Amino acid sequence: MSNLVIIFLSIGLFFNFAGCLGLIRFPDIYNRLQASTKCVTLGTIFILLAVVIHFGWNSISLKAILCVVFILLTSPTAAHAIARGSHRAGFPLWEGSIMDRYREDQEGETESAN
Amino acid sequence: MLKKLLEFLILWIIWTLLTWSLALPDILAGVVVSAIAVLLFSDLFPAEIGRLLHPRRLFWGLVYLPVFFWQVVKSNFDVAYRVFHPTMPIRPGIVKVRTSLRSEIARTFLANSITLTPGTLTVDCVDDHLYIHWINIISEDPEEETRLIVEKFEKYLRKIFD
Repeated sequence: MSNLVIIFLSIGLFFNFAGCLGLIRFPDIYNRLQASTKCVTLGTIFILLAVVIHFGWNSISLKAILCVVFILLTSPTAAHAIARGSHRAGFPLWEGSIMDRYREDQEGETESAN
Repeated sequence: MLKKLLEFLILWIIWTLLTWSLALPDILAGVVVSAIAVLLFSDLFPAEIGRLLHPRRLFWGLVYLPVFFWQVVKSNFDVAYRVFHPTMPIRPGIVKVRTSLRSEIARTFLANSITLTPGTLTVDCVDDHLYIHWINIISEDPEEETRLIVEKFEKYLRKIFD
């Protein structure tokens, strides 16, 4: 493995680790989603880029690049679905939260009624 | 019908790239899977996808990529800082911002971009308002929030999609 591959793998692992630690340390589901979507997305992308560099230009790299695109599209979408679903299912925000405009608007119901 | 055919071709090309094989069973499996996907989910495909191939839109798409990537990197260091900090400096909450983007696909990309950028996560999109979970609220004024969160992407996405 070249040095560049090891550097990319290390960056990926560092951000994945930060994401997992955030999943444990942050107080409520919304903050945990923030940590897990952002860090795990970039961490996994760096690991896939390490795969691309290691294998050079062939079908494995092409699949890795397609996976990067899929992760970029699906990860924020899934986070949005989980956050919206949890809020509608009644999971509260952490008690230290500043405001919740989503609850004030009854999850958008008042908005669409206008 | 033309739209469905185009969708079918896109899906089948992606399938072929993923399997990386031109053997007859693989091609046939791809045809079957793509056909089922198109029949079930065709309505969810953005209708204006052909319009995006215009060179001017592609150019702004290429300009947008580094802007977006820089925001993603910044957001990761932001989260890592908050995660590793002993006292966890967070002031979370859900704010409401307004977007002036019109098309569905532009709003989808805006919502996804916001989710991957520093401290913000899109919770819901109702009409032209976005509800955003913000990990570190630095302003309680909706106008200021809109300026901080939405506008840096809007000027590019408007050129690409609207």
